[in-house]
Amino acid sequence: MAAGIANDAGMEPILDIRGLSKTYTGGFKALDNVDLQIRKGEIFALLGPNGAGKTTLIGSVCGMVRPTAGTIHAFGLDMKKHWREARQRIGLVPQELGFDIFDTVDRQMSYSRGLFGRAPDRERVTQILRSLQLEDKRRDQIRKLSGGMKRRVLIAKALSHDPDLLFLDEPTAGVDVELRRDMWRLIGQLREQGVTIILTTHYIEEAEEMADRVGIIDKGRILLVDEKHAIMARLGRTEAHFTLEQPMQAVPEALGRYNIHLHDDGRLLCYRGGNGTGNGKADVAEIARILVEQGIRFTALDQSESSLEDIFVEMMQDQEAGA
Amino acid sequence: MINLRGTWAIYKQEVSRAWRAVFGTIVSPVLTTSLYFIVFGSAIGGQMQAVGGVNYGAFIVPGLLMLTLLSESTSNASFGIYMPRFTGSIYELLSAPVGVTETLIGFVGAAATKSLILAAIILATATVFVDYTIAHPILAIGYIMLVAASFSLLGFILGIWAEGFEKLQMIPMLVLMPLTFLGGTFYSIDMLAEPWRSVALFNPIVYLVNGLRWTFYGSSDVNILVSVGSTFAFLALCVVVIAVIFKTGWRLRN
Ligand SMILES: Nc1ncnc2c1ncn2[C@@H]1O[C@H](COP(=O)(O)OP(=O)(O)OP(=O)(O)O)[C@@H](O)[C@H]1O
Ligand SMILES: [Mg+2]
Repeated sequence: MAAGIANDAGMEPILDIRGLSKTYTGGFKALDNVDLQIRKGEIFALLGPNGAGKTTLIGSVCGMVRPTAGTIHAFGLDMKKHWREARQRIGLVPQELGFDIFDTVDRQMSYSRGLFGRAPDRERVTQILRSLQLEDKRRDQIRKLSGGMKRRVLIAKALSHDPDLLFLDEPTAGVDVELRRDMWRLIGQLREQGVTIILTTHYIEEAEEMADRVGIIDKGRILLVDEKHAIMARLGRTEAHFTLEQPMQAVPEALGRYNIHLHDDGRLLCYRGGNGTGNGKADVAEIARILVEQGIRFTALDQSESSLEDIFVEMMQDQEAGA
Repeated sequence: MINLRGTWAIYKQEVSRAWRAVFGTIVSPVLTTSLYFIVFGSAIGGQMQAVGGVNYGAFIVPGLLMLTLLSESTSNASFGIYMPRFTGSIYELLSAPVGVTETLIGFVGAAATKSLILAAIILATATVFVDYTIAHPILAIGYIMLVAASFSLLGFILGIWAEGFEKLQMIPMLVLMPLTFLGGTFYSIDMLAEPWRSVALFNPIVYLVNGLRWTFYGSSDVNILVSVGSTFAFLALCVVVIAVIFKTGWRLRN
Protein backbone atom coordinates (compact mmCIF):
# COMPACT_ATOMS: atom_id res chain seq x y z
CA MET A 1 0.00 0.00 0.00
CA ALA A 2 2.77 2.39 1.01
CA ALA A 3 4.67 1.43 -2.11
CA GLY A 4 1.58 2.17 -4.14
CA ILE A 5 1.34 5.65 -2.75
CA ALA A 6 5.04 6.32 -3.28
CA ASN A 7 4.71 5.14 -6.86
CA ASP A 8 1.78 7.37 -7.37
CA ALA A 9 3.47 10.45 -6.09
CA GLY A 10 6.47 9.83 -8.30
CA MET A 11 4.50 9.18 -11.44
CA GLU A 12 3.33 11.98 -13.64
CA PRO A 13 -0.30 11.53 -14.72
CA ILE A 14 -0.72 10.51 -18.35
CA LEU A 15 -3.56 13.00 -18.59
CA ASP A 16 -3.77 16.05 -16.41
CA ILE A 17 -6.85 18.24 -16.66
CA ARG A 18 -7.03 21.40 -14.57
CA GLY A 19 -9.76 23.97 -14.19
CA LEU A 20 -11.48 22.83 -17.36
CA SER A 21 -14.69 24.69 -18.13
CA LYS A 22 -16.86 24.73 -21.20
CA THR A 23 -19.69 27.11 -21.87
CA TYR A 24 -21.42 26.39 -25.17
CA THR A 25 -22.53 29.25 -27.38
CA GLY A 26 -25.95 29.98 -26.00
CA GLY A 27 -24.57 30.09 -22.48
CA PHE A 28 -24.99 26.49 -21.34
CA LYS A 29 -22.25 25.50 -18.93
CA ALA A 30 -21.46 21.88 -19.78
CA LEU A 31 -18.22 21.64 -17.79
CA ASP A 32 -17.57 23.52 -14.60
CA ASN A 33 -14.00 23.77 -13.37
CA VAL A 34 -13.10 20.12 -13.84
CA ASP A 35 -9.88 18.75 -12.35
CA LEU A 36 -8.97 15.23 -13.31
CA GLN A 37 -5.75 13.24 -13.32
CA ILE A 38 -5.52 9.92 -15.10
CA ARG A 39 -2.77 7.47 -14.23
CA LYS A 40 -0.74 5.63 -16.77
CA GLY A 41 -2.06 2.17 -17.52
CA GLU A 42 -5.33 2.42 -15.64
CA ILE A 43 -8.89 1.94 -16.78
CA PHE A 44 -10.87 4.94 -15.71
CA ALA A 45 -14.65 4.97 -15.89
CA LEU A 46 -16.47 8.25 -16.13
CA LEU A 47 -19.93 7.67 -14.82
CA GLY A 48 -22.77 10.11 -15.14
CA PRO A 49 -26.35 10.57 -16.32
CA ASN A 50 -27.39 11.93 -19.74
CA GLY A 51 -26.12 15.43 -20.30
CA ALA A 52 -23.62 15.28 -17.44
CA GLY A 53 -20.81 16.50 -19.68
CA LYS A 54 -18.95 13.25 -20.39
CA THR A 55 -18.80 13.70 -24.16
CA THR A 56 -17.92 17.36 -23.74
CA LEU A 57 -15.02 16.38 -21.48
CA ILE A 58 -13.71 13.85 -23.99
CA GLY A 59 -14.24 16.33 -26.83
CA SER A 60 -12.20 18.94 -24.98
CA VAL A 61 -9.25 16.58 -24.73
CA CYS A 62 -9.53 15.17 -28.25
CA GLY A 63 -10.15 18.40 -30.11
CA MET A 64 -13.82 18.47 -31.04
CA VAL A 65 -14.65 21.00 -28.36
CA ARG A 66 -12.81 24.22 -27.61
CA PRO A 67 -12.57 24.61 -23.86
CA THR A 68 -13.60 27.97 -22.43
CA ALA A 69 -11.01 27.76 -19.67
CA GLY A 70 -8.48 25.39 -18.19
CA THR A 71 -5.42 23.45 -19.23
CA ILE A 72 -4.95 19.92 -20.51
CA HIS A 73 -1.64 18.08 -20.47
CA ALA A 74 -1.26 14.65 -22.04
CA PHE A 75 1.97 12.67 -21.67
CA GLY A 76 3.33 15.79 -19.99
CA LEU A 77 2.70 17.86 -23.13
CA ASP A 78 0.54 20.95 -23.14
CA MET A 79 -2.26 20.11 -25.58
CA LYS A 80 -2.54 23.73 -26.63
CA LYS A 81 1.05 23.89 -27.80
CA HIS A 82 2.05 20.32 -28.58
CA TRP A 83 -1.24 19.01 -29.88
CA ARG A 84 0.31 17.29 -32.88
CA GLU A 85 2.63 15.11 -30.78
CA ALA A 86 0.00 14.46 -28.14
CA ARG A 87 -2.81 13.60 -30.52
CA GLN A 88 -0.66 11.06 -32.35
CA ARG A 89 -0.85 8.96 -29.22
CA ILE A 90 -4.54 9.36 -28.48
CA GLY A 91 -7.35 7.27 -29.89
CA LEU A 92 -11.06 8.00 -29.76
CA VAL A 93 -14.14 5.87 -30.22
CA PRO A 94 -16.98 8.37 -30.42
CA GLN A 95 -20.43 7.90 -28.98
CA GLU A 96 -22.17 8.36 -32.31
CA LEU A 97 -21.50 6.28 -35.39
CA GLY A 98 -20.00 8.50 -38.04
CA PHE A 99 -18.12 7.55 -41.16
CA ASP A 100 -18.17 7.52 -44.89
CA ILE A 101 -20.49 4.52 -45.23
CA PHE A 102 -19.69 3.99 -48.90
CA ASP A 103 -16.06 3.33 -48.09
CA THR A 104 -14.63 -0.11 -47.33
CA VAL A 105 -13.34 -1.22 -43.95
CA ASP A 106 -9.84 -1.63 -45.32
CA ARG A 107 -9.64 1.81 -46.82
CA GLN A 108 -11.02 3.41 -43.69
CA MET A 109 -8.36 1.64 -41.67
CA SER A 110 -5.50 2.90 -43.79
CA TYR A 111 -7.05 6.35 -43.83
CA SER A 112 -7.18 6.46 -40.03
CA ARG A 113 -3.68 5.14 -39.67
CA GLY A 114 -2.32 7.64 -42.15
CA LEU A 115 -4.22 10.52 -40.61
CA PHE A 116 -2.43 9.87 -37.35
CA GLY A 117 0.91 9.91 -39.09
CA ARG A 118 1.71 6.21 -39.12
CA ALA A 119 3.27 4.35 -42.03
CA PRO A 120 1.10 1.71 -43.71
CA ASP A 121 1.34 -1.66 -41.97
CA ARG A 122 -0.92 -4.35 -43.35
CA GLU A 123 0.16 -6.87 -40.79
CA ARG A 124 -0.82 -4.67 -37.87
CA VAL A 125 -4.13 -3.70 -39.47
CA THR A 126 -4.92 -7.36 -40.01
CA GLN A 127 -4.18 -8.06 -36.35
CA ILE A 128 -6.49 -5.32 -35.20
CA LEU A 129 -9.28 -6.40 -37.54
CA ARG A 130 -8.86 -9.97 -36.39
CA SER A 131 -9.09 -9.02 -32.72
CA LEU A 132 -12.45 -7.44 -33.52
CA GLN A 133 -13.63 -10.27 -35.75
CA LEU A 134 -13.68 -7.99 -38.75
CA GLU A 135 -11.08 -9.75 -40.85
CA ASP A 136 -13.53 -11.24 -43.30
CA LYS A 137 -15.32 -7.91 -43.65
CA ARG A 138 -12.33 -5.87 -44.68
CA ARG A 139 -13.36 -5.53 -48.28
CA ASP A 140 -17.00 -4.79 -47.46
CA GLN A 141 -18.57 -1.39 -47.71
CA ILE A 142 -19.36 -0.13 -44.24
CA ARG A 143 -23.01 0.51 -45.10
CA LYS A 144 -23.47 -3.24 -45.53
CA LEU A 145 -22.41 -4.02 -41.97
CA SER A 146 -24.75 -4.36 -39.02
CA GLY A 147 -24.84 -1.70 -36.33
CA GLY A 148 -22.67 -3.74 -33.98
CA MET A 149 -20.17 -4.38 -36.74
CA LYS A 150 -20.05 -0.68 -37.54
CA ARG A 151 -19.24 -0.02 -33.91
CA ARG A 152 -16.40 -2.53 -34.13
CA VAL A 153 -15.10 -0.68 -37.17
CA LEU A 154 -15.05 2.53 -35.15
CA ILE A 155 -13.02 0.78 -32.49
CA ALA A 156 -10.67 -0.71 -35.07
CA LYS A 157 -10.14 2.74 -36.56
CA ALA A 158 -9.35 4.19 -33.15
CA LEU A 159 -6.80 1.42 -32.59
CA SER A 160 -5.29 1.68 -36.06
CA HIS A 161 -2.44 3.93 -34.90
CA ASP A 162 -1.77 2.03 -31.66
CA PRO A 163 -2.67 4.82 -29.25
CA ASP A 164 -1.28 4.92 -25.71
CA LEU A 165 -4.38 6.68 -24.43
CA LEU A 166 -7.77 5.49 -25.60
CA PHE A 167 -11.12 7.17 -25.10
CA LEU A 168 -14.23 5.06 -25.40
CA ASP A 169 -17.39 7.14 -25.31
CA GLU A 170 -20.17 4.74 -24.33
CA PRO A 171 -18.55 1.76 -26.03
CA THR A 172 -21.34 -0.62 -25.18
CA ALA A 173 -24.41 1.57 -25.70
CA GLY A 174 -26.83 -0.30 -27.91
CA VAL A 175 -24.75 -3.42 -28.43
CA ASP A 176 -25.79 -6.96 -27.60
CA VAL A 177 -24.54 -8.98 -24.67
CA GLU A 178 -22.04 -10.90 -26.74
CA LEU A 179 -20.43 -7.84 -28.24
CA ARG A 180 -20.37 -6.26 -24.83
CA ARG A 181 -18.47 -9.25 -23.45
CA ASP A 182 -16.11 -9.08 -26.45
CA MET A 183 -15.55 -5.45 -25.80
CA TRP A 184 -14.75 -6.00 -22.14
CA ARG A 185 -12.29 -8.69 -23.15
CA LEU A 186 -10.68 -6.39 -25.67
CA ILE A 187 -10.41 -3.60 -23.11
CA GLY A 188 -8.74 -6.05 -20.74
CA GLN A 189 -6.24 -7.04 -23.45
CA LEU A 190 -5.46 -3.44 -24.25
CA ARG A 191 -4.80 -2.72 -20.63
CA GLU A 192 -2.37 -5.61 -20.51
CA GLN A 193 -0.57 -4.04 -23.46
CA GLY A 194 -0.21 -0.91 -21.37
CA VAL A 195 -2.90 1.22 -22.97
CA THR A 196 -4.55 3.71 -20.65
CA ILE A 197 -8.30 3.65 -21.13
CA ILE A 198 -10.91 6.23 -20.28
CA LEU A 199 -14.45 5.09 -20.86
CA THR A 200 -17.78 6.67 -20.22
CA THR A 201 -20.79 4.66 -19.40
CA HIS A 202 -24.28 4.69 -18.01
CA TYR A 203 -23.95 1.04 -17.04
CA ILE A 204 -22.71 0.90 -13.52
CA GLU A 205 -21.93 -2.79 -13.71
CA GLU A 206 -19.57 -1.95 -16.54
CA ALA A 207 -17.63 0.45 -14.36
CA GLU A 208 -17.76 -2.09 -11.56
CA GLU A 209 -16.48 -4.87 -13.78
CA MET A 210 -13.82 -3.05 -15.75
CA ALA A 211 -12.54 0.06 -14.04
CA ASP A 212 -9.67 0.57 -11.65
CA ARG A 213 -10.94 3.99 -10.77
CA VAL A 214 -14.26 5.67 -11.16
CA GLY A 215 -15.16 9.32 -11.55
CA ILE A 216 -18.70 10.45 -11.05
CA ILE A 217 -19.78 13.48 -13.04
CA ASP A 218 -23.03 15.39 -13.00
CA LYS A 219 -24.06 18.78 -14.34
CA GLY A 220 -20.54 19.42 -15.54
CA ARG A 221 -18.92 18.83 -12.17
CA ILE A 222 -16.82 15.94 -10.99
CA LEU A 223 -18.44 14.85 -7.75
CA LEU A 224 -16.08 12.11 -6.80
CA VAL A 225 -12.98 10.34 -8.09
CA ASP A 226 -11.55 7.34 -6.35
CA GLU A 227 -10.44 3.76 -6.60
CA LYS A 228 -13.43 1.64 -7.34
CA HIS A 229 -12.74 -0.39 -4.21
CA ALA A 230 -12.27 2.72 -2.10
CA ILE A 231 -15.61 4.09 -3.26
CA MET A 232 -17.20 0.81 -2.37
CA ALA A 233 -15.40 0.83 0.96
CA ARG A 234 -16.29 4.39 1.78
CA LEU A 235 -19.86 4.34 0.65
CA GLY A 236 -20.66 0.67 0.31
CA ARG A 237 -22.94 -0.95 2.85
CA THR A 238 -24.00 -4.41 3.87
CA GLU A 239 -27.61 -4.82 4.86
CA ALA A 240 -29.01 -7.88 6.63
CA HIS A 241 -32.55 -8.62 7.75
CA PHE A 242 -33.17 -11.38 10.27
CA THR A 243 -36.80 -12.52 10.48
CA LEU A 244 -37.33 -13.56 14.10
CA GLU A 245 -39.53 -16.41 15.27
CA GLN A 246 -40.59 -14.43 18.37
CA PRO A 247 -40.97 -10.63 18.41
CA MET A 248 -38.38 -8.86 20.48
CA GLN A 249 -38.82 -5.75 22.71
CA ALA A 250 -35.28 -4.44 22.60
CA VAL A 251 -31.98 -5.19 20.92
CA PRO A 252 -30.05 -7.63 23.11
CA GLU A 253 -27.10 -6.30 25.10
CA ALA A 254 -24.68 -8.59 23.26
CA LEU A 255 -25.47 -6.92 19.93
CA GLY A 256 -25.06 -3.43 21.34
CA ARG A 257 -21.94 -2.62 19.36
CA TYR A 258 -23.65 -3.13 15.99
CA ASN A 259 -25.83 -0.73 14.11
CA ILE A 260 -29.07 -2.63 14.61
CA HIS A 261 -32.70 -1.58 14.61
CA LEU A 262 -35.91 -3.46 15.15
CA HIS A 263 -38.76 -3.15 12.69
CA ASP A 264 -42.15 -4.71 12.09
CA ASP A 265 -43.12 -4.76 15.81
CA GLY A 266 -39.88 -6.41 16.75
CA ARG A 267 -40.19 -9.27 14.25
CA LEU A 268 -37.45 -7.97 11.98
CA LEU A 269 -33.92 -7.33 13.17
CA CYS A 270 -32.11 -5.08 10.72
CA TYR A 271 -28.38 -4.58 10.45
CA ARG A 272 -26.74 -1.93 8.32
CA GLY A 273 -23.00 -1.41 8.27
CA GLY A 274 -19.68 -2.50 6.96
CA ASN A 275 -17.75 -0.77 4.27
CA GLY A 276 -18.05 -2.84 1.16
CA THR A 277 -14.77 -4.64 1.69
CA GLY A 278 -16.25 -7.66 3.40
CA ASN A 279 -16.28 -6.69 7.04
CA GLY A 280 -20.03 -6.15 6.82
CA LYS A 281 -20.40 -9.78 5.88
CA ALA A 282 -18.21 -10.76 8.82
CA ASP A 283 -20.44 -8.68 11.07
CA VAL A 284 -23.52 -10.50 9.83
CA ALA A 285 -21.91 -13.87 10.48
CA GLU A 286 -21.01 -12.75 13.99
CA ILE A 287 -24.52 -11.44 14.65
CA ALA A 288 -25.96 -14.76 13.50
CA ARG A 289 -23.62 -16.61 15.87
CA ILE A 290 -24.59 -14.39 18.82
CA LEU A 291 -28.29 -14.85 18.09
CA VAL A 292 -27.88 -18.60 18.04
CA GLU A 293 -25.80 -18.48 21.20
CA GLN A 294 -28.51 -16.45 22.96
CA GLY A 295 -31.13 -18.92 21.85
CA ILE A 296 -32.89 -16.37 19.66
CA ARG A 297 -34.28 -18.25 16.68
CA PHE A 298 -34.69 -16.70 13.25
CA THR A 299 -36.53 -18.17 10.28
CA ALA A 300 -34.97 -16.17 7.44
CA LEU A 301 -31.92 -14.11 6.66
CA ASP A 302 -31.72 -11.66 3.78
CA GLN A 303 -28.39 -10.09 3.08
CA SER A 304 -27.37 -7.63 0.39
CA GLU A 305 -24.35 -5.60 -0.57
CA SER A 306 -24.94 -2.13 -1.93
CA SER A 307 -23.47 -1.86 -5.39
CA LEU A 308 -21.84 1.04 -7.11
CA GLU A 309 -25.27 1.57 -8.53
CA ASP A 310 -26.82 2.28 -5.13
CA ILE A 311 -23.96 4.61 -4.35
CA PHE A 312 -24.42 6.37 -7.62
CA VAL A 313 -28.16 6.73 -7.22
CA GLU A 314 -27.69 7.95 -3.66
CA MET A 315 -25.16 10.54 -4.75
CA MET A 316 -27.44 11.77 -7.46
CA GLN A 317 -30.27 12.10 -4.95
CA ASP A 318 -28.06 14.02 -2.53
CA GLN A 319 -27.02 16.28 -5.37
CA GLU A 320 -30.67 16.88 -6.27
CA ALA A 321 -31.55 17.64 -2.68
CA GLY A 322 -28.59 19.96 -2.33
CA ALA A 323 -29.33 21.85 -5.54
CA MET B 1 6.47 19.61 -38.23
CA ILE B 2 3.59 19.08 -40.54
CA ASN B 3 2.10 15.63 -40.68
CA LEU B 4 2.95 14.52 -44.21
CA ARG B 5 1.38 11.08 -43.88
CA GLY B 6 -1.78 12.69 -42.61
CA THR B 7 -1.84 15.08 -45.53
CA TRP B 8 -1.36 12.23 -47.95
CA ALA B 9 -4.10 10.20 -46.25
CA ILE B 10 -6.61 13.04 -46.67
CA TYR B 11 -5.58 13.62 -50.27
CA LYS B 12 -5.77 9.94 -51.18
CA GLN B 13 -9.11 9.52 -49.44
CA GLU B 14 -10.60 12.49 -51.27
CA VAL B 15 -9.34 11.37 -54.66
CA SER B 16 -10.66 7.85 -54.09
CA ARG B 17 -14.01 9.31 -53.08
CA ALA B 18 -14.10 11.05 -56.44
CA TRP B 19 -13.33 7.83 -58.28
CA ARG B 20 -16.24 6.19 -56.55
CA ALA B 21 -18.47 8.88 -57.95
CA VAL B 22 -16.82 8.88 -61.35
CA PHE B 23 -20.07 9.68 -63.08
CA GLY B 24 -20.70 12.86 -61.15
CA THR B 25 -17.08 13.91 -61.15
CA ILE B 26 -16.13 13.29 -64.75
CA VAL B 27 -18.88 12.01 -66.97
CA SER B 28 -21.51 14.62 -66.23
CA PRO B 29 -19.31 17.71 -66.73
CA VAL B 30 -17.92 16.25 -69.95
CA LEU B 31 -21.43 15.63 -71.21
CA THR B 32 -22.49 19.15 -70.29
CA THR B 33 -19.54 20.80 -72.01
CA SER B 34 -20.03 18.63 -75.08
CA LEU B 35 -23.59 19.91 -75.29
CA TYR B 36 -22.34 23.50 -75.07
CA PHE B 37 -19.90 22.83 -77.87
CA ILE B 38 -22.60 21.28 -80.04
CA VAL B 39 -25.05 24.11 -79.43
CA PHE B 40 -22.79 27.18 -79.23
CA GLY B 41 -19.77 25.93 -81.09
CA SER B 42 -21.15 24.00 -84.02
CA ALA B 43 -24.81 24.96 -84.39
CA ILE B 44 -24.85 28.66 -83.51
CA GLY B 45 -21.12 29.20 -83.89
CA GLY B 46 -21.36 28.42 -87.59
CA GLN B 47 -23.47 31.56 -88.03
CA MET B 48 -21.18 33.76 -85.89
CA GLN B 49 -18.32 35.81 -87.19
CA ALA B 50 -14.84 35.44 -85.76
CA VAL B 51 -14.14 37.35 -82.54
CA GLY B 52 -10.90 39.31 -82.63
CA GLY B 53 -9.63 37.08 -85.39
CA VAL B 54 -10.48 33.88 -83.53
CA ASN B 55 -13.09 31.52 -84.91
CA TYR B 56 -16.17 31.60 -82.63
CA GLY B 57 -16.06 27.89 -81.80
CA ALA B 58 -12.45 28.22 -80.69
CA PHE B 59 -13.18 31.52 -78.97
CA ILE B 60 -15.54 29.89 -76.46
CA VAL B 61 -13.17 27.05 -75.49
CA PRO B 62 -11.41 28.94 -72.67
CA GLY B 63 -14.73 30.33 -71.45
CA LEU B 64 -16.34 26.89 -71.30
CA LEU B 65 -13.28 25.47 -69.63
CA MET B 66 -13.48 28.24 -67.02
CA LEU B 67 -17.19 27.57 -66.53
CA THR B 68 -16.52 23.94 -65.69
CA LEU B 69 -13.41 24.69 -63.69
CA LEU B 70 -15.19 27.17 -61.43
CA SER B 71 -18.23 25.07 -60.72
CA GLU B 72 -16.38 21.76 -60.33
CA SER B 73 -13.58 23.11 -58.14
CA THR B 74 -16.09 24.82 -55.90
CA SER B 75 -18.47 21.90 -55.59
CA ASN B 76 -15.74 19.25 -55.21
CA ALA B 77 -14.12 21.01 -52.33
CA SER B 78 -17.35 22.05 -50.67
CA PHE B 79 -18.73 18.51 -50.76
CA GLY B 80 -15.39 17.16 -49.61
CA ILE B 81 -15.52 19.03 -46.31
CA TYR B 82 -19.29 19.18 -45.95
CA MET B 83 -19.83 15.40 -46.10
CA PRO B 84 -17.72 14.58 -43.02
CA ARG B 85 -19.61 17.26 -41.12
CA PHE B 86 -22.87 15.80 -42.31
CA THR B 87 -22.06 12.15 -41.56
CA GLY B 88 -20.25 12.92 -38.31
CA SER B 89 -16.95 11.46 -39.46
CA ILE B 90 -15.37 14.90 -39.00
CA TYR B 91 -14.58 13.86 -35.41
CA GLU B 92 -11.64 11.90 -36.74
CA LEU B 93 -10.19 14.83 -38.62
CA LEU B 94 -10.63 17.08 -35.61
CA SER B 95 -8.99 14.63 -33.23
CA ALA B 96 -6.13 13.74 -35.56
CA PRO B 97 -2.72 15.37 -35.52
CA VAL B 98 -3.56 17.43 -38.60
CA GLY B 99 -4.04 21.18 -38.68
CA VAL B 100 -5.08 23.76 -41.20
CA THR B 101 -2.05 23.12 -43.43
CA GLU B 102 -2.59 19.37 -43.75
CA THR B 103 -6.32 19.75 -44.17
CA LEU B 104 -6.02 22.41 -46.84
CA ILE B 105 -3.35 20.66 -48.85
CA GLY B 106 -5.29 17.40 -48.60
CA PHE B 107 -8.78 18.62 -49.44
CA VAL B 108 -7.93 21.49 -51.75
CA GLY B 109 -5.16 19.54 -53.42
CA ALA B 110 -7.56 16.70 -54.15
CA ALA B 111 -10.27 19.04 -55.40
CA ALA B 112 -7.75 20.84 -57.59
CA THR B 113 -6.40 17.55 -58.93
CA LYS B 114 -9.88 16.52 -59.97
CA SER B 115 -10.40 19.86 -61.66
CA LEU B 116 -7.14 19.55 -63.58
CA ILE B 117 -7.99 16.06 -64.80
CA LEU B 118 -11.35 17.37 -65.81
CA ALA B 119 -9.78 20.32 -67.64
CA ALA B 120 -7.60 17.95 -69.60
CA ILE B 121 -10.59 15.83 -70.52
CA ILE B 122 -12.60 18.86 -71.59
CA LEU B 123 -9.80 20.19 -73.75
CA ALA B 124 -9.55 16.77 -75.35
CA THR B 125 -13.31 16.71 -75.87
CA ALA B 126 -13.16 20.17 -77.44
CA THR B 127 -10.83 18.97 -80.19
CA VAL B 128 -13.66 16.75 -81.40
CA PHE B 129 -15.86 19.79 -82.06
CA VAL B 130 -13.56 22.70 -82.89
CA ASP B 131 -10.05 23.54 -84.01
CA TYR B 132 -8.18 25.59 -81.48
CA THR B 133 -4.60 26.33 -80.52
CA ILE B 134 -2.99 27.34 -77.26
CA ALA B 135 -0.51 30.19 -77.61
CA HIS B 136 1.04 29.88 -74.16
CA PRO B 137 0.50 26.28 -73.00
CA ILE B 138 2.67 26.53 -69.88
CA LEU B 139 0.95 29.71 -68.76
CA ALA B 140 -2.41 28.13 -69.55
CA ILE B 141 -1.66 25.16 -67.29
CA GLY B 142 -0.35 27.48 -64.59
CA TYR B 143 -3.44 29.66 -64.78
CA ILE B 144 -5.79 26.66 -64.74
CA MET B 145 -4.01 25.38 -61.63
CA LEU B 146 -4.25 28.77 -59.97
CA VAL B 147 -7.97 29.04 -60.66
CA ALA B 148 -8.60 25.43 -59.60
CA ALA B 149 -6.80 26.00 -56.31
CA SER B 150 -8.54 29.34 -55.64
CA PHE B 151 -12.02 28.04 -56.23
CA SER B 152 -11.33 24.85 -54.34
CA LEU B 153 -10.48 27.10 -51.42
CA LEU B 154 -13.72 28.99 -51.94
CA GLY B 155 -15.58 25.69 -52.04
CA PHE B 156 -13.87 24.63 -48.84
CA ILE B 157 -15.12 27.78 -47.13
CA LEU B 158 -18.64 27.19 -48.46
CA GLY B 159 -18.56 23.60 -47.23
CA ILE B 160 -17.73 24.78 -43.72
CA TRP B 161 -20.26 27.60 -43.84
CA ALA B 162 -23.16 25.53 -45.19
CA GLU B 163 -25.56 23.96 -42.74
CA GLY B 164 -27.58 22.04 -45.29
CA PHE B 165 -27.41 20.83 -48.86
CA GLU B 166 -29.43 23.80 -50.02
CA LYS B 167 -26.95 26.31 -48.68
CA LEU B 168 -24.17 24.22 -50.13
CA GLN B 169 -25.46 24.78 -53.64
CA MET B 170 -26.73 28.31 -53.14
CA ILE B 171 -23.55 30.25 -53.91
CA PRO B 172 -22.55 28.13 -56.94
CA MET B 173 -26.08 28.31 -58.35
CA LEU B 174 -27.06 31.86 -57.49
CA VAL B 175 -23.75 33.66 -57.71
CA LEU B 176 -21.10 31.77 -59.63
CA MET B 177 -23.29 30.44 -62.41
CA PRO B 178 -24.90 33.78 -63.44
CA LEU B 179 -21.63 35.66 -63.11
CA THR B 180 -19.90 33.12 -65.31
CA PHE B 181 -22.56 33.30 -67.98
CA LEU B 182 -22.44 37.10 -67.89
CA GLY B 183 -18.67 37.09 -67.62
CA GLY B 184 -17.86 36.79 -71.28
CA THR B 185 -17.86 33.02 -71.55
CA PHE B 186 -19.69 33.12 -74.85
CA TYR B 187 -18.84 36.63 -76.02
CA SER B 188 -16.26 39.33 -75.84
CA ILE B 189 -17.38 42.14 -73.57
CA ASP B 190 -16.36 44.51 -76.35
CA MET B 191 -19.48 43.23 -78.11
CA LEU B 192 -21.60 44.84 -75.37
CA ALA B 193 -23.04 48.32 -75.66
CA GLU B 194 -22.41 50.89 -72.97
CA PRO B 195 -23.27 51.03 -70.09
CA TRP B 196 -23.24 47.22 -70.05
CA ARG B 197 -19.62 47.00 -71.03
CA SER B 198 -18.60 49.09 -68.02
CA VAL B 199 -20.94 47.16 -65.76
CA ALA B 200 -19.36 43.92 -66.95
CA LEU B 201 -15.97 45.14 -65.75
CA PHE B 202 -17.27 44.83 -62.18
CA ASN B 203 -17.83 41.12 -62.71
CA PRO B 204 -14.75 39.31 -61.35
CA ILE B 205 -15.35 36.33 -63.61
CA VAL B 206 -14.65 38.53 -66.65
CA TYR B 207 -11.04 38.72 -65.51
CA LEU B 208 -10.78 34.98 -65.04
CA VAL B 209 -12.26 34.11 -68.42
CA ASN B 210 -10.14 36.71 -70.14
CA GLY B 211 -7.03 35.65 -68.31
CA LEU B 212 -7.43 32.13 -69.61
CA ARG B 213 -8.41 33.37 -73.06
CA TRP B 214 -5.21 35.38 -73.19
CA THR B 215 -3.12 32.25 -72.57
CA PHE B 216 -4.95 30.61 -75.49
CA TYR B 217 -5.02 33.36 -78.08
CA GLY B 218 -2.64 36.03 -76.85
CA SER B 219 -5.32 38.69 -76.65
CA SER B 220 -8.11 39.55 -74.24
CA ASP B 221 -10.59 42.24 -73.22
CA VAL B 222 -8.69 43.12 -70.06
CA ASN B 223 -5.07 43.37 -69.01
CA ILE B 224 -3.65 39.90 -68.30
CA LEU B 225 -1.66 41.22 -65.34
CA VAL B 226 -4.84 42.48 -63.73
CA SER B 227 -6.36 39.03 -64.24
CA VAL B 228 -3.46 37.15 -62.72
CA GLY B 229 -3.00 39.69 -59.93
CA SER B 230 -6.62 39.60 -58.86
CA THR B 231 -6.73 35.80 -59.00
CA PHE B 232 -3.75 35.64 -56.68
CA ALA B 233 -5.38 38.20 -54.40
CA PHE B 234 -8.53 36.08 -54.30
CA LEU B 235 -6.49 32.97 -53.46
CA ALA B 236 -4.73 34.82 -50.64
CA LEU B 237 -8.04 36.10 -49.30
CA CYS B 238 -9.46 32.55 -49.21
CA VAL B 239 -6.38 31.26 -47.39
CA VAL B 240 -6.72 33.99 -44.78
CA VAL B 241 -10.42 33.26 -44.29
CA ILE B 242 -9.69 29.55 -43.83
CA ALA B 243 -6.87 30.24 -41.40
CA VAL B 244 -9.26 32.36 -39.34
CA ILE B 245 -11.92 29.63 -39.50
CA PHE B 246 -9.46 27.08 -38.14
CA LYS B 247 -8.14 29.43 -35.52
CA THR B 248 -11.59 30.17 -34.17
CA GLY B 249 -12.95 26.70 -34.84
CA TRP B 250 -16.03 28.29 -36.43
CA ARG B 251 -18.58 25.64 -37.48
CA LEU B 252 -15.95 22.94 -36.95
CA ARG B 253 -15.34 22.83 -33.22
CA ASN B 254 -18.02 23.56 -30.67
N1 LIG C 1 -22.96 21.72 -29.34
C1 LIG C 1 -23.64 21.98 -28.23
N2 LIG C 1 -24.25 23.16 -28.05
C2 LIG C 1 -24.92 23.45 -26.94
N3 LIG C 1 -25.06 22.60 -25.91
C3 LIG C 1 -24.49 21.39 -26.01
C4 LIG C 1 -23.74 21.01 -27.18
N4 LIG C 1 -23.28 19.75 -27.00
C5 LIG C 1 -23.72 19.37 -25.79
N5 LIG C 1 -24.44 20.34 -25.19
C6 LIG C 1 -25.05 20.28 -23.86
O1 LIG C 1 -24.03 20.05 -22.90
C7 LIG C 1 -24.48 19.15 -21.92
C8 LIG C 1 -23.50 18.01 -21.80
O2 LIG C 1 -23.54 17.24 -22.97
P1 LIG C 1 -22.66 15.95 -23.17
O3 LIG C 1 -22.91 15.44 -24.52
O4 LIG C 1 -21.27 16.27 -22.80
O5 LIG C 1 -23.30 14.97 -22.08
P2 LIG C 1 -23.01 13.43 -21.83
O6 LIG C 1 -22.61 13.30 -20.42
O7 LIG C 1 -22.08 12.90 -22.84
O8 LIG C 1 -24.45 12.82 -22.03
P3 LIG C 1 -24.87 11.40 -22.63
O9 LIG C 1 -24.73 10.43 -21.52
O10 LIG C 1 -26.29 11.62 -22.99
O11 LIG C 1 -24.02 11.12 -23.79
C9 LIG C 1 -25.87 18.70 -22.34
O12 LIG C 1 -26.80 19.40 -21.54
C10 LIG C 1 -25.98 19.12 -23.77
O13 LIG C 1 -27.30 19.50 -24.07
MG1 LIG D 1 -22.17 11.53 -24.28
